[in-house]
Amino acid sequence: MVPNMENMVNVYFYGKKYTVPAELTIMTAMEYAGYTLKRGCGCRHGFCGACATIYRIKGDNELKTCLACQTQVQEGMYVASIPFYPTDKRIYDINELKPSQQVMMELYPEIYSCIGCNACTKSCTQSLNVMQYIAYAQRGEFEKCAEESFDCVSCGVCSTRCPAGISHPMVGLLARRLTGKYIAPEAKHLTERVAEINEGKFDDLIEQVMQKPIAEMQELYNAREIEK
Amino acid sequence: MYTPYPENMMESIKKVEATRAERMSNEPRRLTADEKDALLAAFHPDYNKDAFDEIKVGANKGEKAPKQLATMLHSTSRILNEKIDISKVDYDVDVLVIGGGGAGSSCAIEAHNAGANVMIVTKLRIGDANTMMAEGGIQAADKENDSPVQHYLDCFGGGHFAAKPELVKRLVMEAPDAIKWLNELGVEFDKEDDGRMITTHGGGTSRKRMHAAKDYSGAEIMRTIRDEVINLGIPVVEFTSAVELIKDDKGQVAGAVLLNMETGDYSVAKAKTVVIATGGAGRMHYQGFPTSNHYGATADGLVLGYRAGAKLRNQDSIQYHPTGAIYPSQILGALVTEKVRSVGAQLVNANGEAYIHPLETRDVNASGVIRECREGRGVEVPGGLQGVWLDTPMIEILGGEGTIEKRIPAMFRMYMNYGIDMRKVPIVIYPTLHYQNGGLEINGDGFTTEIPNLLVAGEAAGGIHGTNRLMGNSLLDVIVFGRNAGKKAAAKCKDVELGAMNLDHVKAYDDELKANHLETGEVSPLLLPKYARHER
Repeated sequence: MVPNMENMVNVYFYGKKYTVPAELTIMTAMEYAGYTLKRGCGCRHGFCGACATIYRIKGDNELKTCLACQTQVQEGMYVASIPFYPTDKRIYDINELKPSQQVMMELYPEIYSCIGCNACTKSCTQSLNVMQYIAYAQRGEFEKCAEESFDCVSCGVCSTRCPAGISHPMVGLLARRLTGKYIAPEAKHLTERVAEINEGKFDDLIEQVMQKPIAEMQELYNAREIEK
Repeated sequence: MYTPYPENMMESIKKVEATRAERMSNEPRRLTADEKDALLAAFHPDYNKDAFDEIKVGANKGEKAPKQLATMLHSTSRILNEKIDISKVDYDVDVLVIGGGGAGSSCAIEAHNAGANVMIVTKLRIGDANTMMAEGGIQAADKENDSPVQHYLDCFGGGHFAAKPELVKRLVMEAPDAIKWLNELGVEFDKEDDGRMITTHGGGTSRKRMHAAKDYSGAEIMRTIRDEVINLGIPVVEFTSAVELIKDDKGQVAGAVLLNMETGDYSVAKAKTVVIATGGAGRMHYQGFPTSNHYGATADGLVLGYRAGAKLRNQDSIQYHPTGAIYPSQILGALVTEKVRSVGAQLVNANGEAYIHPLETRDVNASGVIRECREGRGVEVPGGLQGVWLDTPMIEILGGEGTIEKRIPAMFRMYMNYGIDMRKVPIVIYPTLHYQNGGLEINGDGFTTEIPNLLVAGEAAGGIHGTNRLMGNSLLDVIVFGRNAGKKAAAKCKDVELGAMNLDHVKAYDDELKANHLETGEVSPLLLPKYARHER
């Protein structure tokens, strides 16, 4: 779509000034300015965390953080992207872990060095309560940590701001995996259905339906009952 | 009064609100088969003949493809005039997986677990893929009132009976195991307190079998399997794109030529089996549509597979998701998950009429939106585009206060970024380019029909969904066929003896282009869309 050119703003990409349509996002404004993005651009719709960005508005000394694809440009915006940050993911075998407090102490001991500055929460591009989910992780409350961190897109901005060197997205990820695998109750209907399929319960039925002529399949499809 | 929209839209909202109670007590009826056919023929973009070109060379010569895809198939190889010494091998593996999305990652995990030496190469980062952006859910027939046979019927019928039965069978029969596998890796599905999966309808499902992880279903799956790939120590070469396959003198595939996206340097990967898991094509912007797809969705795998001799299937069938955002302009094309309708929102035109059942199949609902707009019942947004309402306040009325934040938090966040509270006002949508229904044709085990040790998995594969894919069958497809491809590729590499590696097919294909006087002025695969604006 052609952007509206009536309303333009001045922005600074890595310190260099460009005049761009005000309705663009930081990402599309960079492309408008002529950048071909390779780093710092992924899904473009706020789900992948590739486009972590730091900015400051001229005349204001506060550094702000955002996803470039989800944030509209503003007049006087000084922009730098953080397309990669060396977060520290620890290696583990999920099958060997137990969902106990001990796990975090072993894999991510630095979370206990949190000084409570709350810089992580203030910087979160998804407006999550990051410090709170780290606190849950410290106490071994993985279910709560999982819920609180669920919307994390692993952009890593929190880690860039953390004086304790915590890799917050990795902590949330571990908590979610422990919760999904060990804490959430088993779906018995799922276990049973997998067993039924493995026993061959549906083999004949599926072969029969595969052999049916198209006309018969059309009738079956059009007349099928739809659950309310 | 809360007025996040311009005056004309607020006026239309009054009509939407006026009819809401009546609409909620009278669900719109389902269309008959004939009504659906007529609606598709009149309004679905796949029926727009001007948007397709004939393929002039290769295995599908004489068939149609979207213009932009045909152009890529008719364009020159990126390496035609490059001096690349393929005898200098940089990576030598059993299984080479091209693409680091849901299919590539699950494939690599299974290949690794089967004992193969496997490597992923991916154009951007691992997880930069449409899987990450899938919101609504994943289907599996695991409830008491459901069965894989019922799932088969929904999938095959919803795809207009054009899918390959052996692939549909695989999809539905292995679906529950796919969910179990993911759950055991730690994917947090939405569950009741007793562990029962919370499942809903999707468009065209006859049973409630949509499993979800809020509206981050794909993200939750992708980040978990990505973590597993890393834990297993599987090498992932990021920002590196496969630009051509390498073959041998026996007609087998033998690896790929890789391009470092940042430095522009080429390297060579040798492999006994190759899996193309490069995903979709939304960034080709067929027919000028905006897209819900990630930045790298440019049909690369289709182009390099086709050039090597693999065959396409249903390449002329494209999915336009009925509900893409069209306002505000900053989120144009972004997916508004079908789950918004699963949990109760209706499609409503500018006059306040629920003109269609909200859970018809995607092709039918997309055609319905286009019809309403073309026939003057659309809502005009600033900038001149038109769409119809998705009546989100219904969700909170039906499910209670808090349902939107709990069930579709990503959607809530996306709109709140721009001051639009979907709990209070409806949102406006129009179809967005979402999925390639077809791709490189595979058999049940994931092998291409022409090249014995080349496999395809995920959105790049063709034949699973016929000419329309149901919601929740794509996340399922990437896991089922990704895992399968990994197992089969690992088994196959044990009896592959590679001959002399060469790029003869690239030259031969180019000769065929020249013989047909095809000169597009472009190189392919595209790799990245050309979004940068240059004044000169």
